[in-house]
Amino acid sequence: MSFILTAVIMFLFWILLSGEFGFILIASAIISCLFVSYLSHDLLIGKANVRLGLIRIFRFIKYLPWLMWQIVLSNIDLVKRTLHPKMPISPTIFSFKNELRTEMGMVALANSITLTPGTITVDVNEDEFIIHAVALELAEGLMEGEMQRRIKAIEGEEDV
Amino acid sequence: MFNIAATVIVLAAALVIYRAIKGPRIYDRVLAVNVIGTKTVVLLALIGYIYERPHFLDIALVYAIINFIATIAFLKYRQTGGLD
Amino acid sequence: MDIIRTIISGILIATGCFLIVVAAIGVVRFPDFYTRMHPAGKGDTLGQGLVLTGLMVYEGFDLISVKLLIIIIFIFIANPTATHALAKAAYVAGVKPWVKDKGEGK
Repeated sequence: MSFILTAVIMFLFWILLSGEFGFILIASAIISCLFVSYLSHDLLIGKANVRLGLIRIFRFIKYLPWLMWQIVLSNIDLVKRTLHPKMPISPTIFSFKNELRTEMGMVALANSITLTPGTITVDVNEDEFIIHAVALELAEGLMEGEMQRRIKAIEGEEDV
Repeated sequence: MFNIAATVIVLAAALVIYRAIKGPRIYDRVLAVNVIGTKTVVLLALIGYIYERPHFLDIALVYAIINFIATIAFLKYRQTGGLD
Repeated sequence: MDIIRTIISGILIATGCFLIVVAAIGVVRFPDFYTRMHPAGKGDTLGQGLVLTGLMVYEGFDLISVKLLIIIIFIFIANPTATHALAKAAYVAGVKPWVKDKGEGK
């Protein structure tokens, strides 16, 4: 199953990148996709549950507009702080509890934290996220934990 | 339009070179090189439009991937003293 | 119609260039390593995204704009990850964060 899915994804990607449909090109595309996915089909998808993965991708797409809005806010904040002549910053490092179960969720939360106002992820482990914030008031905003709730909703109640 | 944008991006990269030379730590230099690399991706896409040769986009995509892998590989080498 | 599209893409590219320049100024101007990560991780990511989106609008919908979209998605995943890897490497190596009014170190 994962073998066929990897081959199909790679073939679609090939067509996107080349955009030509000569016989030799398509034939070599099929051969090389089959060969590479034979070698590495357990790397991309592995033993993951495909149906559950699709549900999570759908939920993640619903989360994207909110993330985009947060990115815009964070850039306005960044421009203000960078161009302000006195630089109103008061950097701190703090940590909060990690309540996520899947690796995918942790990656998504860490990247979202880096893209949203004034905070970057420094370290992630099983128990906690370590965060560097450029100003104290922004750190408090993150501590309320709205982002973690949203990512937990993407993970859903299903088993890993 | 594309010419002006490309010039602005080159000037921004020149600003970042100051940080790459000044340091003070090795991590500042790696950060500066990573930022210059990501600016180069945009620059390559713009050059593709200036000369009307869309194949530059493929180079930009490959450059983005190489830039990311180079940063990760350097940090791993720095942390563990090897690439195993 | 073409004029409108050119204007929209011009605005997007100009905003993106502004953000890229602000990110460069931030990397030069902020006082320590961790604060320099902020402009590198955020300003650069959205700046590039906006410039490439401007090119996408200019191009219209075809294979080239799909290629641009792939580059944008890759950058939005890879750039924060590289930033995070750098921050973690510095944190593990024991780089002390700059704190206001006390100079370097806590």
